[in-house]
Amino acid sequence: MSTTVETIIIGGGLVGVWTAYFLAKRGRSVIVLEKESVGAQSSGVNFGNLRLQGRYPDQYPLSLRSQDLWERLPELIGDACEYDRTGHLYCAFNEAEAEKLAHYAKVSRANGIAIEDLDRSDLDKRFPYMGGKVIAATFSERDAVANPRLATPATSRAAQALGATIIENCRVTGIEARNRGFELRVDDGRTFSCTHLVNSAGAWAADIAARFGETVPAFAAGPPQFVTEPVPYFIGPSIQTIDGSVIARQIPRGNVILAGYPRTASDPVANRAPVPPHKTLAGMTALARVIPALAHASVIRVWSGIEAYLPDMIPIIGPSHAIPGLFHAFGFCGHGYQIGPGVGLCLSEWICDGHTPTPLAAFCIARFKSEVAVSEKFKAEFDSGGQSR
Amino acid sequence: MKAIVVGGGPAGLRAAMTLAQHGLEPVLLDEAARPGGQGYRSPAPGIALDIAALMGSQKAKYERLHRQFEAARDTIDYRERTSVWAIDGHTLFIERNGHTNVLTFDSLIVASGATDRIVPLPGWTVPGVFSLGGAQIALKDQGALIGRRVAFLGSSPLLALAAKQYQATGATVAGVFDTAPFYAKIRAVPHLLHAPHTALRGLSYLAQLRMSGVPLHFGIEPVRIEGCDRVETLVLRDRTGREMHIDCDAVALGYGLKPETQLAELAGASFAFDKSFRMWLPVIDADGRAGPDLYLAGDGAAIGGADAAEASGTLAALALLADTGHTVAQSQIDRLRASIKRLRRFQRGLATAFAWPHRDAGALPGETIVCRCENVSAGDIRAALGVGLIPPELNRVKAITRCGMGRCQGRMCGPALQEIVAAQSGAPVATVGRLRTQAPIKPIALSAAEMPR
Amino acid sequence: MDEPLPHARFIRAVPRNGKRLQFVFEGEAMSGFEGETVLTALLCNTGHVRQFEFSATLRAGFCIMAACQDCWVWCEDGTRLRACTTPLADGMRLLSSPPPPEQV
Ligand SMILES: Cc1cc2nc3c(=O)[nH]c(=O)nc-3n(C[C@H](O)[C@H](O)[C@H](O)COP(=O)(O)OP(=O)(O)OC[C@H]3O[C@@H](n4cnc5c(N)ncnc54)[C@H](O)[C@@H]3O)c2cc1C
Ligand code: FES
Repeated sequence: MSTTVETIIIGGGLVGVWTAYFLAKRGRSVIVLEKESVGAQSSGVNFGNLRLQGRYPDQYPLSLRSQDLWERLPELIGDACEYDRTGHLYCAFNEAEAEKLAHYAKVSRANGIAIEDLDRSDLDKRFPYMGGKVIAATFSERDAVANPRLATPATSRAAQALGATIIENCRVTGIEARNRGFELRVDDGRTFSCTHLVNSAGAWAADIAARFGETVPAFAAGPPQFVTEPVPYFIGPSIQTIDGSVIARQIPRGNVILAGYPRTASDPVANRAPVPPHKTLAGMTALARVIPALAHASVIRVWSGIEAYLPDMIPIIGPSHAIPGLFHAFGFCGHGYQIGPGVGLCLSEWICDGHTPTPLAAFCIARFKSEVAVSEKFKAEFDSGGQSR
Repeated sequence: MKAIVVGGGPAGLRAAMTLAQHGLEPVLLDEAARPGGQGYRSPAPGIALDIAALMGSQKAKYERLHRQFEAARDTIDYRERTSVWAIDGHTLFIERNGHTNVLTFDSLIVASGATDRIVPLPGWTVPGVFSLGGAQIALKDQGALIGRRVAFLGSSPLLALAAKQYQATGATVAGVFDTAPFYAKIRAVPHLLHAPHTALRGLSYLAQLRMSGVPLHFGIEPVRIEGCDRVETLVLRDRTGREMHIDCDAVALGYGLKPETQLAELAGASFAFDKSFRMWLPVIDADGRAGPDLYLAGDGAAIGGADAAEASGTLAALALLADTGHTVAQSQIDRLRASIKRLRRFQRGLATAFAWPHRDAGALPGETIVCRCENVSAGDIRAALGVGLIPPELNRVKAITRCGMGRCQGRMCGPALQEIVAAQSGAPVATVGRLRTQAPIKPIALSAAEMPR
Repeated sequence: MDEPLPHARFIRAVPRNGKRLQFVFEGEAMSGFEGETVLTALLCNTGHVRQFEFSATLRAGFCIMAACQDCWVWCEDGTRLRACTTPLADGMRLLSSPPPPEQV
């Protein structure tokens, strides 16, 4: 006996559960199929940054819509998930980087985001713990953080309360297009059918797209991350150097979390995201350079995640170009946590209304029909030639 | 051929000596300041302890191991105070005196030993409560007692041994309190006969303690430790349900040993759940092979005690030598295999005699701190499972509650966490998973980072 | 050997032949002996080694074998020591909680 619903979502990451949340909110029938537990992959292990400044320019409408959702978490899902409007300090070590910062600030401002320019003397006054090698920074007050370990399970719970069905430990093994809909088979033999299918399977999503002839040059990676032991709380904003060597924040409990480039290869088949220890060492050195007072703090745990990256470093969001009723949302290239709720909202609008008011043309999967240029960002974030180790 | 041995206890020392005897120049890395590991620790220079007297019946083996290692020292590249914090392929990442470095190997023997397996109880974080193994190390390494009036609590043959050593060195033993009933020990006799000397030794300690008037209690239930910033009272319930209040200023706590498997895991070993020990153990063959170029020996592979550690260290080294084309004596291998098998069977007997009180661990009162690093209580864990937020899987429970996320990476709380999650969810303990190891396996300061060339 | 101090947690059970070493803990002068670890020396003088981060309680280590990590102390210059594995050195200036970042 096959279970029939309007929409099936493959993948219970942040994107999948927010899509389910908004569909259920509009009274639509929806099932999420998750091969592990919700938020077990990149949505649950990421750095937790809800950064607005320095984003890909065409992503601002989506990004701002998503930030608004993050800001209303208690009202929407009944749980703040440790959301904290810490602000974000973007730092430059030299003149060239400072110029890049100024450019980002211009784009951010054009999108209505308030950015403060700080020189070294401003930093000394407001963020005196910043190492002397940082010469300039921009500060964006609306940027925030939230705890990734909590966000996806909490949203999943809220979606269920609204009537969505979330099935965990259930891997989709077969998908077939059948008379204006889809039939799915999962690893325990059950079958499901639906008219709308959302492919939000993270690092596993490209294989699903490929079944419909939509091949994209996605590969799995993640940033090397670590966390220090708790030290007295003194770092307010989340801090990022423009060279990517340091993306760091301190949680009020005291631990300092670090992510950084170069990113590192992960293995979606073996389900492993090992961090090469030399990247941990590089991150340790970099963090001590940016915040010297942390030099004596100890690293207690490292991890990374399994996420899909694309050579142009922007995601795929929107309807399939191969088959009606199928929607893709994957390849978030390390920045899908901030836009996750917004992506869910847009997908729900597409499914319910046939369109979304948010401009998303830049993220269309059809762009991979011709060769896509490798972005500068890609070159900056990966070791030479995309080699991650 | 570059062989590295990690761990300077009986297993690691024997492994390194065996490799050296066959002409290899092994590197031996050990975190401690002096060879001997946890069980065969020697006193620090300047501490006038008669260690031989303290070692009692193990004296001869203790002295032989140290003497032979001393004699072999020139043939072994021994690096003390060196801790391995990560492994990547055939590269070890080490830390020594606040500096990091790397070492590459062709073959690796991990002999990382064990630590105490702990069941928390309310008040176990109060200063004055130490692990049972720690209480012995304070004495053997430092010639110090953890208190004046010391209570020994848990389920372990080492309780009586440590109590006897403490008594002999001037402490008042407030009592030996074993959570396993005495009949469990009788029931285990057939297993214990696999190593009758060791079994008899255990019984003789008990007899000697009893004769000197030390209270011995079996089948007790730990209730709590009272005292604010120092231990004042240990509260227990005896078999009849009567509360006992034991006046003491220190408690030594231990429920047997638990292998330190973090390095084995980072080096690629796989794990299987062992029903008699109720823990996940690395999978090894009869000689200690755990994967390509990877060998495990001693308590870090399977709890077996010092004799088994020495034998398995030698055997792992012989396996490594055989695998890399050296000629080794098959008769020696056969003999070692047989004795390790016998000794490990004896440990299974001990696991019955000194049972891991998994029901008590699963039923800890809600206010009990389980994770002493992150301050997570049994109630916090049950609450997280209660809202249906997470499946009963240890790594998910850790992600939500922080239990096992702190500096010790679940070494102290892991066994209790496993039992609480199994008990609360009604799932068989073998299905609730195993806390994954992440580097660094010990905290490492940012300032120690030096990029390998 | 000295008489045990009244607030000390550890008791020196056997004589010391090593040199006497002076150190400071929380601003208070203390002494220990060559061969002792920081943990032993501290606990032969006082009842704890550190303040716990998440509640107003004290800790004195637990495993004494480098596993539990509950004995890390601070030096006045901000560096960290694991008390149970670090030998005591003359002139150490130790703290039970981190110095404020601006002093490091
Ligand atoms: C270490 C790290 C740090 C990051 N830091 C940030 C940050 O600070 N800010 C930010 O905005 N973004 C960050 N990101 C990116 C962000 O985490 C991701 O872009 C985002 O979580 C993607 O969400 P998702 O739902 O697409 O993917 P996922 O969370 O990976 O979810 C996909 C789900 O699909 C399931 N699945 C796959 N195949 C199947 C199948 N056949 N059947 C059933 N289920 C299946 C998987 O198990 C998984 O749970 C980071 C990423 C990583 C890895
Ligand atoms: S007392 Fe456990 S690490 Fe020092």
